[in-house]
Amino acid sequence: MVAYIARRVLAIIPVMAVVAMFVFLLLYLSPGDPAVVIAGDQATPEDVEKIRQGLGLDRPFFVRFAEWIWQIVHFDLGTSIFTGQPVSTLIAQRIEPTLSLMVITLLFAVITSIPLGILAAWKAGAWLDRIIMTFAVFGFSVPVFVVGYVLAYVFALELDWLPVQGYSPIAQGIGHWLEGLLLPAATLGCVYIALIARTTRTAVLEVLRQDYIRTARAKGVGQIATLFLHALKNAAVPVVTVIGIGVALLIGGAVVTESVFAIPGLGRLTVDAILRRDYPVIQSLVLLFSLVYVLVNLAVDLLYTVVDPRIRY
Amino acid sequence: MIFVALFAPILGTVDPTAIAARLRTREPSALHWFGTDMLGRDLYSRVLYGARVSLIVGFSVAALSSIGGLAIGLFSGFFRAMDAVVMRVMDGIMSIPSILLAVALMALTRGSVGNVIIAITIAETPRVSRLVRGVVLSLREQAYVDAAITCGTRTPVIVLKHILPNALASIIVQATYVCASAMITEAILSFIGAGTPPFIPSWGNIMAEGRALWQVKFYIVLFPAIFLSMTVLAVNLLGDGLRDALDPRMTKAA
Amino acid sequence: MAAATLAAPNLASAQSSKTLRFVPQADLALLDPVQSTGLVIRHHALLVFDTLYGVDEQQRAQPQMVQGHVVENDGLLWRLTLREGLKFHDGQKVLARDCVASIKRWGVRDSYGLSLMAVVDDLSAVSDNEIQFRLKRPFPLLPDVLGKAGTNICVVMPERLAQTDPMQRVNEMVGSGPFRFVASERVPGSLNVYAKFTDYVPRSSGETSFLAGPKIANFDRVEWRTIPDAATAAAALQTGEVDWWEQPISDLIPRLKSNRNLKVEVLDRFGAVAMIRFNHLLPPFDRPEMRQALLGAIKQDEYMIAVAGEDRAYWKDGVGFFAPGSSMANDARLDALPSRPDVDRVKQALRAAGYSGERIVFPVPTDFPALNAMSEVAGDMMRRAGINLDYQALDWGTVLQRVASQQPVDKGGWNIWCNYSTGISAVNPAAHTYLRGLGRSGTFGWPTSPTLEQLRSGWLDAGDESARVEICKQMQVQAFQDLPYIPLGVFYQPTAYRTSLQGVLKGFPLFYNVKRA
Repeated sequence: MVAYIARRVLAIIPVMAVVAMFVFLLLYLSPGDPAVVIAGDQATPEDVEKIRQGLGLDRPFFVRFAEWIWQIVHFDLGTSIFTGQPVSTLIAQRIEPTLSLMVITLLFAVITSIPLGILAAWKAGAWLDRIIMTFAVFGFSVPVFVVGYVLAYVFALELDWLPVQGYSPIAQGIGHWLEGLLLPAATLGCVYIALIARTTRTAVLEVLRQDYIRTARAKGVGQIATLFLHALKNAAVPVVTVIGIGVALLIGGAVVTESVFAIPGLGRLTVDAILRRDYPVIQSLVLLFSLVYVLVNLAVDLLYTVVDPRIRY
Repeated sequence: MIFVALFAPILGTVDPTAIAARLRTREPSALHWFGTDMLGRDLYSRVLYGARVSLIVGFSVAALSSIGGLAIGLFSGFFRAMDAVVMRVMDGIMSIPSILLAVALMALTRGSVGNVIIAITIAETPRVSRLVRGVVLSLREQAYVDAAITCGTRTPVIVLKHILPNALASIIVQATYVCASAMITEAILSFIGAGTPPFIPSWGNIMAEGRALWQVKFYIVLFPAIFLSMTVLAVNLLGDGLRDALDPRMTKAA
Repeated sequence: MAAATLAAPNLASAQSSKTLRFVPQADLALLDPVQSTGLVIRHHALLVFDTLYGVDEQQRAQPQMVQGHVVENDGLLWRLTLREGLKFHDGQKVLARDCVASIKRWGVRDSYGLSLMAVVDDLSAVSDNEIQFRLKRPFPLLPDVLGKAGTNICVVMPERLAQTDPMQRVNEMVGSGPFRFVASERVPGSLNVYAKFTDYVPRSSGETSFLAGPKIANFDRVEWRTIPDAATAAAALQTGEVDWWEQPISDLIPRLKSNRNLKVEVLDRFGAVAMIRFNHLLPPFDRPEMRQALLGAIKQDEYMIAVAGEDRAYWKDGVGFFAPGSSMANDARLDALPSRPDVDRVKQALRAAGYSGERIVFPVPTDFPALNAMSEVAGDMMRRAGINLDYQALDWGTVLQRVASQQPVDKGGWNIWCNYSTGISAVNPAAHTYLRGLGRSGTFGWPTSPTLEQLRSGWLDAGDESARVEICKQMQVQAFQDLPYIPLGVFYQPTAYRTSLQGVLKGFPLFYNVKRA
């Protein structure tokens, strides 16, 4: 087990190296010039050139790449070209909203989607199944921002139940915190719910057809109990896998959701940084998101051994 | 929908880019079935022409990423020496959330339909290649493929005769999902401001342009949203249908 | 959670009655008002910093930090005396040498400032509260320059910060204005917080008007909340989650106006002047005939409707090179703008000017709504006129980079683009960055016009108002000849705020004087 974990952790290194190389290359090739954006629209070419030199943007590729890797290895993420603040500070400021949004979305999605999936499997072929599955496919089919606008219109503007935008830090009261996150989480959760519900249904169906379930039913274990005790336990592997893979969806969706609901999180930081060509920030964020994704999926793999005792390494 | 896209010019549309500043944000009417947008352009025409762009993006990404994924997957499934390297690169790209990757790629270049297709394709290809590789690896273990290899059959022949036909089913199913997700990604790219340029109407950028007005002129977002959702829904259902049809184990359940 | 929600409104309103929540037009990315010309940076600067003079609503410069001045030696010696009680946010007294260092740093960057510094022989602090200008030539507009409202404004910061290289930014925000910047609460891209500076001493007399008169802070705290999505910002204003939205988009104005808790008002009577700018270094628009030919296709109202909607209260057409409302605006040669553009005649004129289908590169910032709308109309117009248009949809940052390039189009250059500038910087030739003819050393577009430059110098030296007005007429005639840019009209961006706010000043968002009813 320990050897397995060690091997998996070591395997992260080449993946992250690829990401690092990719990200640096990507932004090196980027045509935007932050110096011009900083100088404003009334600047002369000399002003721009001076600012560019001040930022060190005029030096060759390999010098900048080597320097960057050296810094990253020392946990120095550099300084934002725009705000002049350390990137680590910018990220630290914004972790709480994004993490809150992700956790609430995850909880919300898991709580709603797994029962829906089981229900659909239980009633496979019936109208209830069709409704749930149509909704699930619909979840994939509507862009996140449209869902966000509709929810905001209904629950915030018309009904006035929840705030339209913004984020209230958890330190200022858990009620406000949760209130502000409900709409964004429902918005972001839509795709995720669809994904998990579908997977749950498929997995549970497959398990239901196995002989031992038939045996259990024959033995007279109640139907509901059968589903929950046996089916779910055995369907857990694919469901947990899809939750892990879905983290990528969550991150992508957070970029949009945070813009719609004006949540000062990492997703908005990413969009702002890309639009402003703030290289150090973009590089660090893509690295960070990839690392999160890789780690979550590592955790999922390790979780297999817990949820499914048959898997041994 | 394909019909609509192909025949957009004769379905009672007008020039979707013709600007009439004095006719801006008109509600739907007999003259403008879906109303007009902020620059007085006819929304009905825009949505119909937009079908072209969205479908081109969806199909092109599906086709290109399937071909790319197939090539990479076959390559790495067959040449075990390269497998580790290629798959680490794919893992690396896959670990960057695809929307993030597409946006970052779009930041590299300027908005055009071609660039949108390329950006989304790069983001989607690794997933297809993983799938293909998995199929190849599992088929390699099959006795008949093994036998063919032992008999000294040349690799291209093995690929064509044994691997491809077996991998095709899962690739096609995957391609429909890629197609659906590419259309959604296109809309999201437009939302962020990194999608197709505004003078080429696509469902994504019609919605992106109209979104600030959803409170007062909801129809600007509504019509393209309905078209997009219905199309994506149809493609997704097609994928589900294909999967159920092509996967013998699933037929009973459905 | 129910209990928390029920209890929350009282708690929130108790906290928020002394807090003003404002949604700026764009995020405050940079803080140094000398380094950048961004408008949000100017609004920010007027919270944190104070100015020596300040213009009032009538554009007259009034003493602000100075008690007064004495002009001696036939206008060649100015002695400015600082008023009592001025303090920086770090607790230090404001001294004359702080002001001198600040003026010098700003004078390197600002175009009006450069004009002043060109005639300054010596600028020094003769004592702790006296600043002395020794001039080469008389410069009667000295208070106007130091109190100007167009970017970059001349702010006073401590000498230690003002000694920073003008090309490097100052990150530490220490001013002597009515609010101090709370750096610890800043979340770039989202939140900026200002707290009332309790040691600020407003002028003891006079009426508050724009940048002049006593600046009295009535809020303990001002929060700037960046909301990137216009629809979300509108919703937040309607529900009262924010108090003030600087730039509501034109199509939402009727909805906001119909809400009796909201007030929609135009603060800036000079508006924004819209323009099509040419690259005068590259063919074909290096030829005046080409620019003239395109002028024949311009109908200003089309552009203005696209930008600001149908309501004429929010725009003006028939606009020349000076902002309507300024004493310099005039109607010389306005007949150059056609009342009914004729596409065929424009095509002919283009051919006559030697246009033979060269690719015209047109960079467009699609993430900048006003410019995007203008560009779409301009693009449509040019395509109809038979121009081989390369319409490049880009983001604002890339457009700025592109238009800064003097290279040929195949090396990243450009031919034409749409832009707007604040009307306040088009009120007179001195402030007018775009009505210049400096060639390559000027601002993007690089028009060359010795005549315009000559007239501008004459204006700066002119002794009285009527002479200045006459020069501006000549400048406009000349400008319609040279066409450094094509004027597209003026639009007036309204602002929207909760009716609970009172005393919102004219001009642009200012955070003194305003209070909660």
